[in-house]
Amino acid sequence: VRIDKDLVAASATPLVLGILSDGDLYGYAILKRVSELSGGGMQWTDGMLYPLLHRLERLGYVSSSWGTSEAGRRRKHYAITPAGRDALAERQQQWTVVSDALRQVWRSQGSSAPMEGWT
Amino acid sequence: MEQHAELEAQIDRWRGYVQRSRAISPADVDELEDHLREQIADRQATGLDDDEAFLVAIKRLGNLDAVSREFAREHSERLWKQLVLVPEGSDGGTPAWRELAVVLALAVGAGIAVKAGFALIGDGTALTRNLGLLVFPFLAGYFAWKRRLTGQAAAMLLIPFAALAVLLNTYPFAPGGSTEMLAALHAPVVLWLLAGVAYVGGRWSSDKGRMDFVRFTGELAIYYTLIALGGAVLIALTLATLQVVGVDFEPVLEDWILPFAVPGALVVATWLVEAKQQVVENIAPVLTRIFTPLTVVMLLVLLAVIATAGGFVDIDRNLLLLMDVILVLVLCLLLYSISARDSLVPPGLFDALQLVLVVAALAVDAAMLTAMLTRIAEFGFSPNKIAALGLNLLLLVHLLRAALLAVGFLRGRRPFASLERWQTRYLPVYGAWAAFVVVIFPPIFGFL
Repeated sequence: VRIDKDLVAASATPLVLGILSDGDLYGYAILKRVSELSGGGMQWTDGMLYPLLHRLERLGYVSSSWGTSEAGRRRKHYAITPAGRDALAERQQQWTVVSDALRQVWRSQGSSAPMEGWT
Repeated sequence: MEQHAELEAQIDRWRGYVQRSRAISPADVDELEDHLREQIADRQATGLDDDEAFLVAIKRLGNLDAVSREFAREHSERLWKQLVLVPEGSDGGTPAWRELAVVLALAVGAGIAVKAGFALIGDGTALTRNLGLLVFPFLAGYFAWKRRLTGQAAAMLLIPFAALAVLLNTYPFAPGGSTEMLAALHAPVVLWLLAGVAYVGGRWSSDKGRMDFVRFTGELAIYYTLIALGGAVLIALTLATLQVVGVDFEPVLEDWILPFAVPGALVVATWLVEAKQQVVENIAPVLTRIFTPLTVVMLLVLLAVIATAGGFVDIDRNLLLLMDVILVLVLCLLLYSISARDSLVPPGLFDALQLVLVVAALAVDAAMLTAMLTRIAEFGFSPNKIAALGLNLLLLVHLLRAALLAVGFLRGRRPFASLERWQTRYLPVYGAWAAFVVVIFPPIFGFL
């Protein structure tokens, strides 16, 4: 399933923070992980990830450091900060509420509506 | 690596394109490039060839305008704070701090030279004659260092400089004579154009290089003014405070601060303009847009005043001098608006306005020439009059041809580039005239 643009934008922050909470990563690896997790359903415009990461960094949710790749190129790695973990926890709560509510709405509509992508 | 040369070239072109966006910093470009290369490598692993992999990676990176807008939203400050004087982690070349060290050393050196001049020559007209000579080596030295001048180009600077220094100091000028004053006034013009040769790295015949030097001069004037204003505020506050406390600050100010600050600021301003030229819009050309209409009004008022003042003989010589200054300013205004104009844009309202400015300046110049000739007929020759007459004739030719070319451009007969070329090609004529006044005038007029 293709996910709507607005939904991608809304879920981007918790997704990135969640992925980083498993360990430090660089931009391309974050995107690959997103793609894996969504089974290819969440297609981001790759370039948009970086302004987002920079915003999270400015907010203090992630920190960055320059390293080198296997090929010897400069590569920027991102790591989640304690403030980022707090923000992630808060977002998780919000999303739990939203998805619970949606689940109930769809349950009340009966099983006629397909529930693909929402399990 | 060899077989991927085309891919590397493509990535290079892409980099160049991304770098043009002001919101995306070089570090961000590195980050995006790393991403692009990863993506390309992954595509290649699935069997795509270089070209296809590159295209897919570019496509997935998204519309560059949209991405750079997003960067701009996050980093709006980048659209403002562009002037990075000591870039962090500059790759290759000279370390960033070294340039700063060189600039500061040159600035202090210029200060020491001027201070030594005061101590050794005293502060009469002899120093005025030499002031430019004292500061020039440091400014030219900066360009020579920055542009890595060849020995031949350096000789091209050194020989005229040495000749000028020798002449200015061996000519037996009569004390208080006008040829001495004229030489002191015209020597900086020659030196400035020599600095221009250093600025373009010795390629003085290049039109583009000359235009860049014109732009540089305008920006330098503005930066220098800004630094001077800031310095003046600081000095005024210090002076006022110390006066209240009862300390006499003036000797220190006159003997130490000004001799060092005034030439030092010139070197620092030069460096600032050099550092910023690529990243920030130049302001001098923008200012011309504001001042061109205002100057047209001013010239028309002056013309009316001159016309109603009656006979040209009565015109005060100070007025003639002032008018010369005004005409030179008009010329600068013209040069800067031309230097900023995109030569491919079709003629518009502003170009017409510029033509009005040139025509008004021509009228003023013609009036002044008449006044000067009348004065010469009435009172005879003097070095001052001939120098002023010469300058006005040069201006007349410059403006006349500029007006003709502008008319041609407005009527669509000529490309804008021809107007541009005329301006840059004519510049050395002023240098030649200034050199003539410095070198030939004193012997002709008996050093009076």
